[in-house]
Amino acid sequence: MTTKVEAHAPAAPPAPRRRLPPELNIFLVLIGIALVYEALGWIFVGQSFLMNPQRLTIMILQVSVIGIIAVGVTQVIITGGIDLSSGSVVGMTAMFSASVAQASTWPRALYPSLTDLPAIVPIALGVAVGLIAGIINGQLIARTKIPPFIATLGMMVSARGISKWYTKGQPVSGLTDQFNFIGTGIWPVIVFLVVALIFHVALRYTRYGKFTYAIGANPQAARVSGINIESHLVKVYAIAGMLAGLAGVVTAARAQTAQAGMGVMYELDAIAATVIGGTSLTGGVGRITGTVIGTVILGVMTSGFTFLRVDAYYQEIVKGLIIVAAVVIDVYRQKKRKV
Amino acid sequence: MISPSTMAAVRASGAVPKSEYLMTVTGVRKEFPGVVALDDVSFRLKRGTVHALMGENGAGKSTLMKILAGIYQPDKGEIKLRGVDIQLTSPLDALKNGIAMIHQELNLMPFMTIAENIWIRREPLNRFGFVDHTEMNRKTADLFARLNIKLDPQMEVRDLSIANRQMVEIAKAVSYESDVLIMDEPTSALTEREVAHLFTIIRDLRAQGIGIVYITHKMNELFEIADEFSVFRDGKYIGTHASSDVTRDDIIRMMVGREITQMFPKEEVPIGEVVLSVKNLTLDGVFRDVSFDIRAGEILGLAGLVGSGRSNVAETLFGVTPASAGTIAIDGKPVTVDSPTAAIRHRMAFLTEDRKDTGCLLILDIQENMQIAVLQDKYVKGGFVDEKAVARDCADMARKLRVKTPNLQERIENLSGGNQQKALIGRWLLTHPRILILDEPTRGIDVGAKAEIHRLVTELARTGVAVLMISSEMPEVLGMSDRVMVMHEGRVTGILDRAEATQIKVMELAAQ
Repeated sequence: MTTKVEAHAPAAPPAPRRRLPPELNIFLVLIGIALVYEALGWIFVGQSFLMNPQRLTIMILQVSVIGIIAVGVTQVIITGGIDLSSGSVVGMTAMFSASVAQASTWPRALYPSLTDLPAIVPIALGVAVGLIAGIINGQLIARTKIPPFIATLGMMVSARGISKWYTKGQPVSGLTDQFNFIGTGIWPVIVFLVVALIFHVALRYTRYGKFTYAIGANPQAARVSGINIESHLVKVYAIAGMLAGLAGVVTAARAQTAQAGMGVMYELDAIAATVIGGTSLTGGVGRITGTVIGTVILGVMTSGFTFLRVDAYYQEIVKGLIIVAAVVIDVYRQKKRKV
Repeated sequence: MISPSTMAAVRASGAVPKSEYLMTVTGVRKEFPGVVALDDVSFRLKRGTVHALMGENGAGKSTLMKILAGIYQPDKGEIKLRGVDIQLTSPLDALKNGIAMIHQELNLMPFMTIAENIWIRREPLNRFGFVDHTEMNRKTADLFARLNIKLDPQMEVRDLSIANRQMVEIAKAVSYESDVLIMDEPTSALTEREVAHLFTIIRDLRAQGIGIVYITHKMNELFEIADEFSVFRDGKYIGTHASSDVTRDDIIRMMVGREITQMFPKEEVPIGEVVLSVKNLTLDGVFRDVSFDIRAGEILGLAGLVGSGRSNVAETLFGVTPASAGTIAIDGKPVTVDSPTAAIRHRMAFLTEDRKDTGCLLILDIQENMQIAVLQDKYVKGGFVDEKAVARDCADMARKLRVKTPNLQERIENLSGGNQQKALIGRWLLTHPRILILDEPTRGIDVGAKAEIHRLVTELARTGVAVLMISSEMPEVLGMSDRVMVMHEGRVTGILDRAEATQIKVMELAAQ
């Protein structure tokens, strides 16, 4: 069903080559998927998929954490890199921030002297820990020139280890209401959209953004043009780490607890959302708007399967296929452009 | 219409119909979205001749060549191979029919040996079905003996110079027993001696009855090696002549459709104070003790054979590969140039040798390509880019440099080489450089664009820019430069004044 939209290649209007926004394709895919669920819903379940605000809210809520991560991952992938560590960083930062977000009423607080702190403290700590992880990723990649795949793979394993070591595997609970608040209601979605807006603007209208695309398009040419690639990459990975940290905070607040196993495989969902959203793994191409739509597509997929009462196993199988299909379409599109 | 496979079978049986023309193309048309690349084009290749395709970039010769090699299929028109209609569906199909193409970008696998590269897909097998390396190396040695190439078949390709890789490509094409060879600017990366060797090989092949389609921008090569040539302009076929019948000016006129009175408009411009002063610049293992001055308004040519360290000096000057010793002074003040960022801060600019590898951001648009260097320190407030101003200035610059494009939102990879080069020059002019380093500024671009770039460089010199220009084309170096510095094996062997710089003197210093 996703490939259908490809067939709709406009018959090249000759004179003014006003290009349609590349997100349009992805958006049509999203609409298409939703409509398919709608139809299947009426056939198999006897109810509407879309006309159910509660389901849609839950759906967006479920993916907003992935979306926050994906905004960072998009920037990394535009530079031609990859970040495998975000899921583990979510776990690690959830643990760290929760550990200073505990209420004094909780009998087994990790730091009894650090309870009932204002929510800004755990939030800042989580974001800072993520930022540090990102800086380490970036420094490793920029200084040692090891492939981002390896550097972030190392971080992925180590950060997960740290989150387990931090409390020797114990969950951290009894968080203050003030902290939990950012995980309630529509707040995670707002955080996601604000983050997306900020980095959409950053990528399109700032020097930071221009340099990010240039590095992904041709690192050597970017270097000769005077861009300090090393320091720029550190920035990009630092931002990705920071956003993963923010996602960790939101995850802990939503669950009102933190566990070392939080965020497992989130990095793959974030990469999937990014790629489905039209960001090219070869670098130089991609937009936040696409990633937002890609994230929503992931959400619709999952929630649609649940709605149709499809077995969770099938969900994963199909999700894998969709990710591959998105890349295949991307490759095919690039080829067509080349002629 | 005979299918390629049938054709291949006929060919294998030896019952190939004889005809004077190896290949004839009639009325070929090829359209791409928005452009007619070829319009009613005809072309004939005689047995045992070298046939040059001439034309400015974008004239359609690359498209024709790709049709001949089976990469593109024409929308209209017919192709005959040895008098028989044929439709080529892929490069492999063309190869099977005896048409081999040697690409400008070499297509060899660096981590495999020469022999493995040549016989790929056709490896001789021993009786167990494994690759017989001994036999493969022997066959390669035979092939090399025939072509008088002196290379060890067991060397890995990554250890070869560009020239030697080219030789391997040619040997590979010959190994298919092709009788049509298509060469796309084969000499663009070769030194004079290597070119001479290549020409010997081409003459041998011609004597064996092979037809060679030869694309070049270099006029002197045309007279030296080509028997016939066809000229194209804006996708149309202009004419075919024997190269002995025409003069250089005739050809240029056919190519551009207008008179080019002077190729190198050297004008005397006022020479000012020393801007850049380089003393004993050294990059360990690459070049040593390079010293020179450039004054405002002066063009210093840098000549030397490929591998003499010319480009390395440029890269070191610009901080791409920081120097291991020596000093660089600007306006008499010593400066540290340890990165391109620092070089730009000192108002240097560097047009690199390789447009694709180190110049263009191919997948980005023209404006994004032009603005990238100047955004270092201009048009940015609080991190935000002043889109309006930068778009306006890029557009002005593109217009001034006559970059041919409908708008700046076009991807730069869709431009011809000459227009890409102009856009990249624009990238640097936006930074208002005082020192401009040009490494092969006109390589692989057409005569018209070349003349424009020459005029532009002269114009910049007039405004007081100090120019260092590296070029492999002797007429360009001699025509443009106020002084010529010559390098040989990592050392400066001489700096000649304009008056004393002759082709012979420069060659003597370059070859020693």
